[in-house]
Amino acid sequence: MIRRAILKAVAIPGYQVPFGGREMPLPHGWGTGGMQVTASVIGTEDRLKVIDQGADDTTNAISIRRFFARTTGVETTEKTADATLIQTRHRVPERPLENGQILIYQVPVPEPLRFIEARDSETRKMHALREYGAMQVKLYEDVARFGHIATSYDYPVMVNGRYMMTPSPIPKFDNPKLDRMPALQLFGAGFEKRIYAVPPYTEVKSLDFDDHPFEVQQWEGNCEICGSDHSFLDEVITDDAGSKMFVCSDTDYCRERLEAQSAVAEEVAL
Amino acid sequence: MSNTTQAWQDIEPLLSVQQLSKFYAPGKGCGDVSFDLYPGEVLGIVGESGSGKSTLLNSLSARLAPDSGKVIYRSEQFGELDLYAGEESLRRQLMRSEWGIVHQHAADGLRMNVSAGANIGERLMAVGERHYGDIRARAEQWLQAVEIDASRIDDKPGQFSGGMQQRLQIARNLVTHPRLIFMDEPTGGLDVSVQARLLDLLRTLVAQLGLSVIIVTHDLAVARLLAHRLMVMRRGEVVESGLTDQVLDDPQHPYTQLLVSSILQN
Repeated sequence: MIRRAILKAVAIPGYQVPFGGREMPLPHGWGTGGMQVTASVIGTEDRLKVIDQGADDTTNAISIRRFFARTTGVETTEKTADATLIQTRHRVPERPLENGQILIYQVPVPEPLRFIEARDSETRKMHALREYGAMQVKLYEDVARFGHIATSYDYPVMVNGRYMMTPSPIPKFDNPKLDRMPALQLFGAGFEKRIYAVPPYTEVKSLDFDDHPFEVQQWEGNCEICGSDHSFLDEVITDDAGSKMFVCSDTDYCRERLEAQSAVAEEVAL
Repeated sequence: MSNTTQAWQDIEPLLSVQQLSKFYAPGKGCGDVSFDLYPGEVLGIVGESGSGKSTLLNSLSARLAPDSGKVIYRSEQFGELDLYAGEESLRRQLMRSEWGIVHQHAADGLRMNVSAGANIGERLMAVGERHYGDIRARAEQWLQAVEIDASRIDDKPGQFSGGMQQRLQIARNLVTHPRLIFMDEPTGGLDVSVQARLLDLLRTLVAQLGLSVIIVTHDLAVARLLAHRLMVMRRGEVVESGLTDQVLDDPQHPYTQLLVSSILQN
């Protein structure tokens, strides 16, 4: 039944398909939507990667990865390139995904129009009739208050020129990666029992104003581990004295770059 | 026949209502209402509480499907429309472009959690405007047009007085240059001096923009000031209709006579 919902979601890009959410062995908000989607598409040949805020080594990512390894017996990996299924919370991997891979998002609040319209019957009607002017009001308020579009995550997008979608709370830094991505993207919201999808190579456009175009975040420094100047950086507090450092949020990407650098260094030394 | 008479006869009504009925229970609602509204005309609907005024207004403004009867609207974009025969999307499109609805309680017509500027800009954005600078400039213009200081543009409606909220609601409706405005007791709950100012503003705007208005009120003074024509309703039926001065100065139906005599004369 979840597979049927997924098929429907893929057929209507960006449309939220309701589904009968199952009882899960963990609370809502811990990734139950993503896990149900993963569980329904996973096969014996798959290699699973699970990330939480880009990292493979956080509690949530480790627990979910171990859960699927134990219950399905599939291989797991931390390498983005090797994975066929990637379940993610709040990030898209830095390494471009390929056709054949599936990216599964855990979604807390699937309805982009919720902040402006509390009634579900009304938001469904707004989607059906493509009445998305109200969404622009949110961006207007941003510009009026801060002088620029300050929304930095969960940034609303139009999918295939038809449905408005919340891309789960990924940073808007990742929004451009969604556009025409070769991999299939599936979104599972466990609490609100909605599944939606972006099929491969589908247009995904971030909303903006003509005189305030869409922009992604930028950082002043580079990653202090691998030196990357083009990835999404996390600010990490390193001691009680307030020292901090900026590092790649995508741990696999950072490690890969570091390995490549040390390989080059070894070659030079030889 | 003179030329002007001929030209006047050629004008088609903006809204034609034919035997409109909507009853929640026998005697509750409104029945068998027919009238034509011409461009630039202000029609007042008066009557006591529970006489079916608001039900009629909701049915006319495509928010409440009637049990029987027709509402024909001549649209600029879509031509002649039978409102309830068409798609809901069409009605909703009309509501945010060619029509305006001013509610009795400003909170019903405004978004209280976003700024005044966003409230005015919403309709512009809904019809496809995507230039922030333009939207903001038009919002400022309209704030001034309804006599609200442009510096209040980023304040939320909750920080406004009742009269200002009502004026903001009017600005929010007028920004897309609608042709037809529905008003449900726009001066209800305002004190007398604020009421007078709002009425003055409404009268100016209606004349300037050539708006057609259907206004529901229980206040005969408001009706006399704004409306060209009046319909008097009682128990869901129209008991008398005609030119405002005629109805108020020479009421024919006993109920209208009672209504007119019940207000203090000076």
